[in-house]
Amino acid sequence: MIDSFLLIGLPYAALFLCVIGTILRVNYYGYSVTSHSSQFLESKKLFWGSRLFHSGIVVLLIGHIVGFLIPKTIIFLTATPLWLLVIEITAFAFGILSFVGILLLIIRRVQVKRLHSVTSKMDLVVYTVIAFQILTGLTIAYFHRWGTAWYASALVPYLRSIFIFSPDTAVITTMPLMIKLHVISAFVFIGLIPFSRLIHFVAYPVRYLWRNVQLVIWNRDLKASRASREKRMGIKPKNN
Amino acid sequence: MDIRSQIAMVFHLDKCIGCHTCSVACKNIWTDRKGAEYMWWNNVETKPGTGYPTKWEDQSIYKGGWVKNGDKLELRVAGKPTGLTKLFHNPDMPVMDDYYEPWVYDYDHLFEAPAGDDQPSARAISLVTGEPMDIKGGPNWDDDLSGTPDYGRQDVNLRNLTAEDQEAMFQLERMTMQYLPRMCNHCLNPTCVAACPSGAVYKRGEDGVVLISQDKCRGWRLCVTACPYKKTYYNWTSGKSEKCVLCYPRLESGQAPACMHSCVGRIRYLGVLLYDADKIKEFASAPEDQLIDRQLDIYLNPFDEKVIREAKKNGIADSTIEAAQKSPVYKFVKEWRIALPLHAEFRTLPSLFYVPPMLPVMGKMTDGIYESNTENLWGKIEDSRVPMQYMANLFSAGNEEKIREVMRKLMAVRYHRRQVTVNDIDDELIQHAYKSTGLTPDIADAIYRLTSLVKYDERFVIPAAHREEAIEMIESTDDRKGSSGFNENKGYKRVF
Repeated sequence: MIDSFLLIGLPYAALFLCVIGTILRVNYYGYSVTSHSSQFLESKKLFWGSRLFHSGIVVLLIGHIVGFLIPKTIIFLTATPLWLLVIEITAFAFGILSFVGILLLIIRRVQVKRLHSVTSKMDLVVYTVIAFQILTGLTIAYFHRWGTAWYASALVPYLRSIFIFSPDTAVITTMPLMIKLHVISAFVFIGLIPFSRLIHFVAYPVRYLWRNVQLVIWNRDLKASRASREKRMGIKPKNN
Repeated sequence: MDIRSQIAMVFHLDKCIGCHTCSVACKNIWTDRKGAEYMWWNNVETKPGTGYPTKWEDQSIYKGGWVKNGDKLELRVAGKPTGLTKLFHNPDMPVMDDYYEPWVYDYDHLFEAPAGDDQPSARAISLVTGEPMDIKGGPNWDDDLSGTPDYGRQDVNLRNLTAEDQEAMFQLERMTMQYLPRMCNHCLNPTCVAACPSGAVYKRGEDGVVLISQDKCRGWRLCVTACPYKKTYYNWTSGKSEKCVLCYPRLESGQAPACMHSCVGRIRYLGVLLYDADKIKEFASAPEDQLIDRQLDIYLNPFDEKVIREAKKNGIADSTIEAAQKSPVYKFVKEWRIALPLHAEFRTLPSLFYVPPMLPVMGKMTDGIYESNTENLWGKIEDSRVPMQYMANLFSAGNEEKIREVMRKLMAVRYHRRQVTVNDIDDELIQHAYKSTGLTPDIADAIYRLTSLVKYDERFVIPAAHREEAIEMIESTDDRKGSSGFNENKGYKRVF
């Protein structure tokens, strides 16, 4: 019962909240979407914390997503011991990086008085969840070796079953507690995205790469309205 | 030709008395909020001095502005794609201590303190932490401190002055200073726009005001670093960047921005310049010694038939063209060429021009008496109290000759007026002054008049937005059409 709640109910609730919440927040509460950077108040300690944490977590996230998308390739790759070893060690190293990073960030939050005034309760929740997530991940990587291989073969089918709406928890319920905790806290993390500063990663500005260098916006774009065949002026730019 | 209109400004520095009324007017309207207390969208600096934030002009620290890389113009901080790697931590960004930590005084304590042996005092309380603090800096912290080693001598513009010139600037009895009011330059080639990864910073097509969409800003802070004038600020509470909006709600209704309206010395002028947007890239990447001339080339003559025709074709309103013809800025910048942009070497093509101040140049003493000799016409400029190189570093990208030209013109106007009012100057000298500066008595009178006599309407020639268009700057009247007027104003389109 509790298993089906935590491994089926919670994931769906989290995914639902994440998708709907994010769409609503970005579209209707655009003003609230920000990275809430605290670099302005403290820069030196942030350098190590933020750089280590982000570089570690980004690589790990990409790794998890790749495993989720192409499990067969991963299974094939990890059949070669050398590849398996290389991937495991790399992943573990980045895990350590992000863990050291988040520890430094937490210490910084506590130590630097100026930051207290910009720290919300939700920030504390986010810190806790992330630290817990990385810690369980590292524990799993150390005590339940060769996760790259069994993640692709045993855990990905469960995750995929969630996404194709026919949840199958047969395998995961038999897995060690630590792994279950890691999965559950991952879904909690996903559910938190639209309700916390985590929203900043859906705002990561990839579009910057192909947009014009300069940006000019007209309140009344006469050129556009002349070219338009619409009888109405059309939708106004959102920048107003 | 892609003609656009730009609201541009001139500050006449000889008239600035450093009273900070502009700054206070701005602060009261725009930045008197939590997270914005430290921001001064308009501030007045003492030069030589380090400014606000400290040493903002030193781009080896802050990495603002554009740099020329071969033929290409690049952001000094990081363009595409390297800018995206600086989002997690941007090592070149100024932090709160580079500005100052805002505070209030605990005045309540003066009334509420329990009876005791000592007089109660109002301690400084940090507006960030809410705890007592030691004040290490504040707004105008270096006001009038040009002679001091901590501020005056740290001025970045002294870097290429000879040791002799530097010493001369700090000699007791010879020391000099001037005020430099600063605000957002609403540049034609803004680095803040180019650096913003979210596309939140934009230039308004109609009047060239550079704004930050608070809805689109994601707080990546690259605009703060990229602006070489350090005129975008990060609001540490809201997590968004903010900057001078040139009081656009006032502009749209035809009023001058608050800083300009309140200016006690009446040093500020505001008007329209027409420019050719196709030329921005080419002129912004001109060789350094040509930057000033090329920038002035980009502004077009609003009386030229062809310019008027092209402008109308681009949708520029007749009222704007008319304002461009009456623009005091056009006169100062283009006709008379006595106003220069601040730090043109940042290559942003700023729309704020300064008439460099004569007074520190002229004020020279011999044997303890101020010289008031009219014999030697240009002599005083040559051995002025402020090295011309220093002025050139500020206003002409290091080109001394440009500053001398302006100074000579300003001096010629003074000689002309002396001639008119007192008539004690040798005619030959006056003729020489006209000839070498290209001025005529009429032009000199016009400069004199615009400098010292004109009232509000001539200092600020603002084409008010047409009322029917002005409302559209706030909301689209078209959206209202066919709606009940009481709904959520989502137009006629179904949302769900």
